Parts: sequence; structure tokens; C-alpha cells
Amino acid sequence: MKPTDIKNPEYFHKVVDCQYACPAHTPVPEYIRLIAAERYTDAYMVNWQSNVFPGILGRTCDRPCEPACRRVRVEEEPVAICRLKRVAADNKGDITAFLPKIPAKKNGKRIALIGAGPASLTVARDLAPLGYSIDIYDNQFAGGGMMRSQIPSFRLPAGVLNEEVELILDMGLTVTFDTEVESLKEILDKDYDAVFVGTGAPRGRGLDLPGLKEAGDQVHLGIDWLASVAFEHTDAISKKVLVLGGGNTAMDCCRTSRRMGGEDVRVVVRSPFEDMKASPWEKEDAMHEGIPIFDNHVPKEYVVEDGKLIGMKFEKVTAEYDEKGKRSLIPTGEGWVFMEADVVLMAIGQDNAFPWIERDIGVDFGRWDMPKVDKVTFQSTNKKVFFGGDAAFGPENIITAVAHGHQAAVSIDHFCNGKSVDDRPPPFTNLVSQKMGVHEWIYDNAVADDKRYIVPLAPLEETLKDRLVEVELGFDEDTGYKEAERCLNCDVQTVFEEARCIECDACVDICPTDCITFTANGRVGTLREHLSAPAKNLDQDLYVSRILPTKRVMVKDEDVCLHCGLCAERCPTAAWDMQQFMYNVAKAGQEA
Amino acid sequence: MSYQKPKFRHPDLAVNELGFTKADYEGSLSTLCAGCGHDSISGSIIRACHELSIPPHKIAKLSGIGCSSKSPAYFLGKSHGFNSVHGRMPSVVTGAAMANRDLLYLGISGDGDTASIGMGQFAHVVRRNLNMVYIVMNNGCYGLTKGQDSATADEGSVSKKGDPNLFAGIDLAGLALQLGATFVARSFSGDKEQLIPLIKAAMTHRGFAIIDVISPCVTFNNNPESTKSYEFFRDHAEATGTVDFVPMREEIKTRYPAGSTHEVTMHDGSVIRLHKTSQHLDPFNRVSAMRVLDEHRIKGDILTGLIYLDKNSQELHDVMQTSQRPLNELSEDDLCPGNRLLKNINAALR
Ligand SMILES: Cc1cc2nc3c(=O)[nH]c(=O)nc-3n(C[C@H](O)[C@H](O)[C@H](O)COP(=O)(O)OP(=O)(O)OC[C@H]3O[C@@H](n4cnc5c(N)ncnc54)[C@H](O)[C@@H]3O)c2cc1C
Ligand SMILES: Cc1ncc(C[n+]2csc(CCOP(=O)(O)OP(=O)(O)O)c2C)c(N)n1
Ligand code: SF4
Ligand code: SF4
Ligand code: SF4
Ligand SMILES: [Mg+2]
Repeated sequence: MKPTDIKNPEYFHKVVDCQYACPAHTPVPEYIRLIAAERYTDAYMVNWQSNVFPGILGRTCDRPCEPACRRVRVEEEPVAICRLKRVAADNKGDITAFLPKIPAKKNGKRIALIGAGPASLTVARDLAPLGYSIDIYDNQFAGGGMMRSQIPSFRLPAGVLNEEVELILDMGLTVTFDTEVESLKEILDKDYDAVFVGTGAPRGRGLDLPGLKEAGDQVHLGIDWLASVAFEHTDAISKKVLVLGGGNTAMDCCRTSRRMGGEDVRVVVRSPFEDMKASPWEKEDAMHEGIPIFDNHVPKEYVVEDGKLIGMKFEKVTAEYDEKGKRSLIPTGEGWVFMEADVVLMAIGQDNAFPWIERDIGVDFGRWDMPKVDKVTFQSTNKKVFFGGDAAFGPENIITAVAHGHQAAVSIDHFCNGKSVDDRPPPFTNLVSQKMGVHEWIYDNAVADDKRYIVPLAPLEETLKDRLVEVELGFDEDTGYKEAERCLNCDVQTVFEEARCIECDACVDICPTDCITFTANGRVGTLREHLSAPAKNLDQDLYVSRILPTKRVMVKDEDVCLHCGLCAERCPTAAWDMQQFMYNVAKAGQEA
Repeated sequence: MSYQKPKFRHPDLAVNELGFTKADYEGSLSTLCAGCGHDSISGSIIRACHELSIPPHKIAKLSGIGCSSKSPAYFLGKSHGFNSVHGRMPSVVTGAAMANRDLLYLGISGDGDTASIGMGQFAHVVRRNLNMVYIVMNNGCYGLTKGQDSATADEGSVSKKGDPNLFAGIDLAGLALQLGATFVARSFSGDKEQLIPLIKAAMTHRGFAIIDVISPCVTFNNNPESTKSYEFFRDHAEATGTVDFVPMREEIKTRYPAGSTHEVTMHDGSVIRLHKTSQHLDPFNRVSAMRVLDEHRIKGDILTGLIYLDKNSQELHDVMQTSQRPLNELSEDDLCPGNRLLKNINAALR
């Protein structure tokens, strides 16, 4: 193999598994260390810079970082990255002094943001401090998008949502709420320098089966029903509720139903339990609230008697997978199952809908009637119009919307200043030795054995009574500290300097997880098999040195390195050093 | 400074026949200087014992005094151990081995511990062909007492202190050959590929097996002018050949051209396969081994690898025809057969 180019910022970035997996590349270990140091405000601001909504995301994030966490590969459970974010938010002090100043004198550029969800709000957060005049339009009465209309208060209290949304709306935005935008052309006619479309994927998918028409208003689209609960148009539900679908929307529908008067609430899903789209913790929360999940049941018919819905029929199936892992649901032949119901909530998916975008204004649409949007710049075929969040490529989640928002803001800033949108600014990186003395480090290199701590919950009786009572209580400071100690500081990199190495093997012998090998060089496949321990995880890179005096190379498998620093402590010549790697995605206006 | 090694291990660590991973053969965290050759030898011992699937409780590690003699604390944490007096490890092993022939005895010593204060004991344990593995972690100095030249330091070799050594060094491999050792090897702490198979072979040898392992003292004797430094060693080492250790249960697949390769079936049925690179050496002939060793020494080179192996070794228990059952398992009745038998014996002597 060729020697590893550690000057390429992406090499060490990839070693920080959580940060790499985070769509917005939040510097996770950095804020976790700040939490351990009780510097909650600083921890909050590190988050706020990257993900804009630390308090909201600390409760609701889809957490793609956690399955990626290194801890999963050496222990079992990831660091509770998401819930630690909440610890920072819950315990932060006054942040006003750290917020960007909004210039009184504007830069003369006007932009419109359509939709006030997390994607648009992120664009605003990045561009308002640069002097842009920003108009934001939304059909709801307040900002936040689906974070307000869909995510129930027992997961995300209104206070937390309002605080973080208002922080941005207060940056001198011109807000037009309760207003449906019915024509993009009209907006463009207002001579904006750029328009950002962050209208989400607002259309719920229905399930058209026999009996649907007859069932009338006893069958609802899940997301519409959740919105009507959030906006207090609905304050009750009948006793027997069937929720169709296996995603997070289904989980929110069933849990909300339990709080609105539903007693026999069931989730019915076509797929096997393990294949359900909902996050494991959402399923656990639902079951904890006494909601059974019936898997392998395919809905067949709404059963209506005397003009009234009385239940639904399902066909039982088993899942079979072919060699490629493709699933087919095969009926078991047991005959259909009937389940009683007063109400059915359909939570089987969402679609985008752009009836308000004229097809003759240069915004081209492609497959599935989705706009053609560049994956990097978020620009549409109309150079002035940018898309982001769920509106760009279909429903995702908040953190993805934020990541899109940051990148779209960079593009809009370039576009408005006559620079190419394809010129992407490189990340800010830095590499700083953690050496404090002989074998002493600035970071806490000891590896805690502790298992993941469990977030305490409010008593069921209380939370089921009132949909506004938050279920999770969050970690207290002590538990937060202990959980923070589980982080392995993956951003503290093992940096190898060939010229110093005397090939004494000390690092090889001490490494608890057998990451380091000195061996004859070879092709990557051969090398992977001939290391101290086989390097089977192909997602993780090998760090290869230049040729050493004994004609061998040093090969380090990054896979299960604990970042404990023992190699550097044992190295007599400091050929290994522990260096903290900072990686920050450049935001609009921050380019060097 | 870390005082603890994290408990997490690689999830795909190889498991041996006993279901143990390498981690089960580790000891506590070393307190030796970072980069000390002794730690690498400990690493090789751990791997050799793991790969041989030796139950940890079937090993006794014994040592004298010195950094080298401290190192048994850093491997085989679940085995028996005895840290004896400076230079006196051989007599303690002899006693232990006489009482219980069922354990594998692993003696760990330094060049000071062996070639200075312990020379007398060393000579006799070799001569008796005690069934043990004797590893000398040879750094040419007294590391523990701050690096004074030891008896294995070569004439003219300069340690960190700066003065050339005035006396000729003792070659422990040569000495062992002369004293009748039945397995003699030399290796280097920084060459696990060579050292691990040698340790395995020594552990399956029945009789006295010595491995003189050059093991640089990074703190007091690793300057380029020292003949026991990493740099000097790597420039001057010459291997007799390579040794493969094939456990008894594994089928032997590769065949090598006759003449250059020797296969020796060990006592337990495993096979040592020696690929010779030195044409002059006959590793089964003591005189040849002594001559080739000397030739290299005179040239200023260090001969490494398996130097001599006596295929017909008779260890101390064989020579003394002791009881097959370990003495410590014999009951009082076995040991005191009673008055009638004593009378018979006395009568026979009259
Ligand atoms: C039930 C449910 C629960 C969810 N839970 C989570 C969760 O726990 N964690 C998570 O990360 N994600 C969750 N999501 C997904 C998440 O809410 C979205 O991915 C995210 O809000 C998308 O952000 P956005 O900015 O792209 O658009 P949105 O948040 O959808 O905001 C778009 C806004 O634009 C408005 N709008 C649309 N069209 C027009 C128009 N023509 N004129 C004016 N205004 C318009 C909408 O009303 C809305 O206010 C959930 C989604 C649902 C449905
Ligand atoms: C009877 C006795 N004499 C002297 C000493 C002092 N002493 C301790 S270690 C040592 C030399 C150790 O040298 P070596 O065996 O080469 O071990 P190293 O530290 O080099 O590995 C000496 C002389 C002692 N501990 N006991
Ligand atoms: S251990 Fe810490 S730094 Fe490493 S991936 Fe997990 S959270 Fe991130
Ligand atoms: S401990 Fe240092 S000098 Fe020794 S092999 Fe490792 S990197 Fe090289
Ligand atoms: S003094 Fe020398 S022999 Fe002793 S631990 Fe340090 S390097 Fe090793
Ligand atoms: Mg010594």
C-alpha cells in the first residue's frame, strides 16, 4: 500500500466516527469533553455552530452518529451522544454574548425562504449575520416546521422548541406566517437575489383499500392528525385505535393516541418487527406505554357496518429473503385476521408536493415529480432557486435538513457575490499535540468500562395523562459526567512519525486492541489478513507508514483503536504522538 | 501516565484450543522503561504460550533480580510465579522441578543475574540438564541499578555513560554449549518472527533450553556505540536460518529441498522445521555449533536462531530415574513404605 496521506483532512475526519456520520459533522468528542468539564455553555455553542438546534436535537435527533460510534465495536452500546447534547442544552448559561452580531447595515442582497422548518432556519442563521435581508414565509402560525406540527410535545416541549427557533427569527428576519405560498413565480417576481425552498414533504400517504370511502372521517392521515393535535384542533380520540405503519410517525401517532383517550391502541405493520423503519428506541418507548406492535400483518380492508367503521382485516404473512437480501412477504394462508377499531391512523409514508411551483419558470422536475437539485450545491435548474431539507430529496430528518441548510447558505452566498457555487470551501482543520509532560496528556485518556447509562423517565401514570408532559427527564449532571467519560476521544489522533521509530515493538505489545503491526508491505487485501489481528472492517482505513529501516512498514488498523494513548506512552522516541484533530465544516462567509 | 490498561480487546482475537485468547496470558501493566526490549520478549512469551495452548496454571515462571527478572509480573498473570534472590533462580527451579515434574518451568533472568552473580548456579543447572526454558534478557548492563557494564558487555562497547568496556564479554550461548546444554538459541527482542517459534520449540524441548535474547536497554545502553543497541544489533545479526514450529496436531504440508531443511520431531509429537541458511552449521553437532558461533564472534557478527539441539536429550528426571508421579503427589504411605521394607533394604546393604 501507499503511505497514508494524513495531510488530507478527510483521513483523520473519518477516524472520528460520530462526527463523520453526523450529516452536519458536529465535533462530538469536543463537546463531550466540555460536558465532562462542566463547561455546558461552551458545549452548547460547539453544537449550536454545527447543528443549530442542540436542545431540540438532544431530544429528537435520529442520531446516525450512535450506530457509527466506535464504542459499538469494542463494547456494545454507543456513547449516548444525543442525550449528552441535551445535558449541554439543559445546563447551559446565558449564551447571548456568544451569538453572532447582526449588522445594522445590510449587504443589499434580499433572499426569500419558503417554509420555516429547520432547513430554512439554518439558511437564515448562516446568512443573517452576513447582512442579508431575509424574508421567511410559512403556512403555520409559528416557525419550526414539522418540529412543531409533528413531533409531539411529550418528546419535545414547546419551550425548548420556541427558544431555539426564536433565536433565529430574532436575527432581524421579516416573518410572514399563516400564509400559504401559492406561486413560486410570484415570489420570484419580487426580485429576490435568491430563493430557498424548504417546504418539507408535507403530504401524507394514504392506504386506499376497500371500505375507505365508507369509513369516512374515522380514518386519518397520521401526519395531518398529529398536526391537528399539535395545533389543538383535535383534543380527543376514541378508545380503539389502529395505527398502520412501522416508522417513527406511527410511533408518534400511537403514543399520542394513548394520551388523547385511546385505550386499546395497536400498531399494525406489514414487515417483521426487526425490519420496521422506526428507531429501536421509539419502538421501545411505545411498547413501554402498553402499545402492542403486530408485525407481519398486511392490511386488506376497512370493515364498515351500518355506515360506521368497526375495524380492519389483515392477512398474516412471513418474510422471505432471496440471496440479495430482497424481501418478499408470503401469505401464511391462515385466513384474514380481524381487529376492532373506532379510528385508523395511516402512517405509512410522506410525499413531497409542489403544486405551487409553476413548471415554466426554469425549475425542472424529474423522476417522482421531484425537482432536479444538485446534491452538493442544492441549486435547482433555475440558478436563483435552491432547495434543502425534506423538499430537496424526500423525507429525512432534522439534522439532514440542517446540513442541507448550511451548504445551501454557502451556495447562496457565493451566488449572490458572483462566485461559482461549485467552489466549495475546504473545512477548517487543526492538529494539536496533547502532550503535557512525559507520558501525560491534556485529555483524559483512561478508558471507562461503564455500560451505557439509561435516561430516567417520568412516571407512566403522569405522562399518559397529559400529552404536554415530557417523558424523558434527561441525565442529571452526575450521570451526564459518567456517560461523557465513556467517550473514547476519537478525535485525539495517533500520529506516527517514521523518522523517530526505532522499531522496538513497544507500541505493538502494549496496544490493548492489537491495532499496530510492523510487517512487510503488501496489497491492502493481503495486509488486512496479516496484521496482529485481522482487519475485517473494510469501512475503516489502514494507516500505513513509509518504509522503515528494517524494510517493513507500520500498519495501524483504525477500526478498534481506543485512543488510549498507550502506544505513545510506551514509545521511547515519541514516534507516536496523540494529537487532537479539529475539523469544522466551513459555513457561509467563513471561508479563509 | 496510565496505570491501567483498558480492558477492551480486539473482538476478533484468535482463540486457542483451550478457548483462551492472548489476553488470558497477559500480566499486569509493565513498569519498565518505555521501549525496553524486555517488554517485547514478554510479548513474545505471551504469544508463544497462547499459540501452544498451554493452560496458564501449568506454567511456573521464576526469576532472580533485575529489570529482566521483574518482567514475569507483566506476562502470564494466571500462572505460578516466584521472584527469587539475585542469581539464585536456578536452584529454586531445580527444587520446584524435582518436587513437581508436571509444570512447565520458565526461568527469566538477566545478563547480570546470570553471568555475574548467578554464574555458579547457571553452570550447574545447565550441566544437570534440568527440564526448563531459560530466557536471558541480555542487555549488556545492569539496568535496574542504573546501567553498569555487565559481564556480557563486549570489549570496547560503549554504554550511555561513555567509557569503553575493558573486558571481553561472556557469550552465554557459547558457554551453555560447553556446559552441555541440550537446546541453545539466540534471538533478538525486536524480532518476534524469529523469537516466538524459538520459544515454542524451547518449551517443547525436554531438557535445558536456553535462549539468549539480546534485549536493548533503551535508557542506559542503546547508544549506537553499544553492541547491545537496536541499531548495532540490526547491522550485525546473522541468522542460522529460520525455524518453523509445527504443533503436533497440524498436518505438515510444505516440503522443502533436502539438505537445507531439517525436521525434528519433539517429545510431544510437534515438529521443528529448521531452514538453514548457514552452510557450515550442523545444528545437531555440538562441535560444529561451537565453531560456527566462535567464527561469527571473531568476525564481530552476532549469530542468531537455533544454534544447537540435542535430539537425544536426557533430562534430570530421566538421569536420576525419579518417580513418574510428581513427588508432591506422593502420599505419606508412598514416601514411608514402613518398617518391613526398611529392614529389607538394610538387609540388602549388609
Ligand atoms: C411524525 C413525525 C415525527 C418526526 N420526528 C422526527 C424526530 O424525532 N427527529 C427528526 O430528526 N426528525 C423527525 N421527523 C422528520 C422531520 O420533522 C423533518 O425531516 C424535518 O422537519 C424537515 O425539515 P424541513 O426544514 O425540510 O421541512 P419541514 O420541517 O417540513 O418544514 C417545512 C415548513 O414549510 C411549510 N410549508 C410547506 N409548504 C408550504 C407552502 N406552500 N407555503 C408556506 N409554507 C409551506 C410547512 O408547513 C412547514 O412548516 C419527523 C417527521 C414526522 C412526520
Ligand atoms: C545479592 C544482590 N546483589 C546485588 C543486587 C543489586 N542488583 C540489583 S539488579 C542488579 C543487576 C541486574 O542486572 P541484570 O540481571 O542484567 O538485569 P537488567 O536490569 O539489566 O535486566 C544488581 C547488581 C541485589 N539486588 N542483590
Ligand atoms: S467514542 Fe466518542 S468520539 Fe468516538 S465515535 Fe463514540 S462518541 Fe464519537
Ligand atoms: S514504540 Fe515507538 S519506537 Fe517502538 S516500534 Fe513503536 S513507534 Fe517505533
Ligand atoms: S533500565 Fe533499561 S533494562 Fe531497565 S526497564 Fe529501563 S530500559 Fe529496560
Ligand atoms: Mg541486564
